[in-house]
Amino acid sequence: MSVDAATVKRIGRLARIRIEDNEVATYQDELNTILGFVEQLSEVDVTGVEPMTSVTPMVLRRRDDVVTDGGYPERIVANAPLSEDNFFMVPKVIE
Amino acid sequence: MTDLTKLSLVEARKGLAAKSFSSTELTGAYLSAIEAANPALNAYVAVTGEQALSMAKASDAKLAQGEGGALEGIPLGIKDLFGTKGVHTQAASHILDGFKPEYESTVTSNLWRDGAVMLGKLNMDEFAMGSSNETSFYGPVISPFRAESSNANLVPGGSSGGSAAAVSAWLCAAATATDTGGSIRQPAAFTGTVGIKPTYGRCSRWGVVAFASSLDQAGPIARTVEDAAVMMTSMSGFDPKDSTSAQLAVPDFAAAVERGVKGLTIGVPREYRMDGMPAEIEKLWQQGLDWLRAEGATVRDISLPHTKYALPAYYIVAPAEASSNLARYDGVKYGLRVSGKDITDMYELTRAAGFGREVKRRIMIGTYVLSAGYFDAYYVQAQKVRTLIKKDFEDAFNAGVDAILTPATPSAAFGIGDEAMAADPVKMYLNDVFTVTVNMAGLPGIAVPAGKDGQGLPLGLQLIGKPFDEETLFAAARVIERSANMDFSPKPWW
Repeated sequence: MSVDAATVKRIGRLARIRIEDNEVATYQDELNTILGFVEQLSEVDVTGVEPMTSVTPMVLRRRDDVVTDGGYPERIVANAPLSEDNFFMVPKVIE
Repeated sequence: MTDLTKLSLVEARKGLAAKSFSSTELTGAYLSAIEAANPALNAYVAVTGEQALSMAKASDAKLAQGEGGALEGIPLGIKDLFGTKGVHTQAASHILDGFKPEYESTVTSNLWRDGAVMLGKLNMDEFAMGSSNETSFYGPVISPFRAESSNANLVPGGSSGGSAAAVSAWLCAAATATDTGGSIRQPAAFTGTVGIKPTYGRCSRWGVVAFASSLDQAGPIARTVEDAAVMMTSMSGFDPKDSTSAQLAVPDFAAAVERGVKGLTIGVPREYRMDGMPAEIEKLWQQGLDWLRAEGATVRDISLPHTKYALPAYYIVAPAEASSNLARYDGVKYGLRVSGKDITDMYELTRAAGFGREVKRRIMIGTYVLSAGYFDAYYVQAQKVRTLIKKDFEDAFNAGVDAILTPATPSAAFGIGDEAMAADPVKMYLNDVFTVTVNMAGLPGIAVPAGKDGQGLPLGLQLIGKPFDEETLFAAARVIERSANMDFSPKPWW
């Protein structure tokens, strides 16, 4: 499998990273090099093998579904590039 | 007075307890060393001098009363990946410009609980993605080592290159680091320092900037095996805030250091004997086995048949997880924002400007392998191969192997701006060929300096252990350290 220029642009859109036209060729080469390298995985016989979901045998701990933290919105927005009245500010999304 | 920065962590601790010097003096000595060296080495991206001296003063008050924790008054460097409250935390990325967390990571909280002093934040590859510390937004870290009769700058390895360089060049007593595919062990090997990646779950990931969550683990880089063990004991421990944190008691790792290797079985995986491996690496490996044998260990050839697939599987799993983890950098919640004509435009422009080339490349790969139609062929296949890689190790341990000895890296440190590696990303990725299997299987691995190449550059060996058996790694690494009995300090040129 190899990626073409249109695919590079499409991945960029999915990843929300602007890919300028003059960058497409370089990304295309690099992605194809990496994908070529990982291609060898297809030769491994994985019949009956379960995909790994946890690297150590463990069961996810559960806790009571209660509020254990919070109540400090000013700390949540403290690092925002733009905020007002403890809200994050973004460009208008609904016309 | 002797140069306090040259003391090992354990020696410094003894000196503080005996009141031969104060933490304020020790901290002051490190701050002066940083001021003198950092313009050349670029190991620190932020120095917290005032905070360091006030922490040292508090430690001195405790030490004066004969009190204090296991690291009381010991000055440490902290990798920029660890969230430190109110202090520069940017994963050496442009996209986290100005970020000062409102919280403290669990690992650093544990260190401050035990009395350690923070000198500052250490440079690293951006978001821990790299093997040479050249992807940092703050520019590369320069290794304190140079080849004999050469002035060429070398890389300290990565991604914890700032940690390794600072420890090696006496700019902190020890440092925190993180390891997703070799980012503790490879820079430790390049700089003649000791670095351990503990078992997945041993150190809390809470408050550490995430790269690939199923692989990331914190660990120390230090100048001796014993120093690393002392650091490891403080950094470890169960944390309810990390859902994958192991609910296990933390041993006193330092107590295991002099335990020896008598009666242990050391495995030698034949698949690690790579084509084109330099003769000096092969020789070092044999030397390590001889040292362990001489102290009573049995050496046995083993097979880890899926070794060659670990790196390709890693380059699917790690970018996939990274593309998901790094989705949070959107110009809204923290860091850089580049304005656009609408919100999508703002996201795309912010991320294009804020991430460096290597990070963008990995997000793109991750996005691709997770995208509709490719998920099963890439991601699911890689996770199945990962199951097989882990089983290889389990089979070896079940057959009676206690630990596995391998080279830490395929070569000694290379030059800054190495052209072959810049031209082909896969060449750079091959640096982690011996270390990445350990992350894929969640096992502990330690790198210990064991020899030098023909140019006088340090070379390391790696020991791989059973899950949560870091103690055996410290014991075996100490035998190698003691047997090598070499000076692995750089010759200051800075």
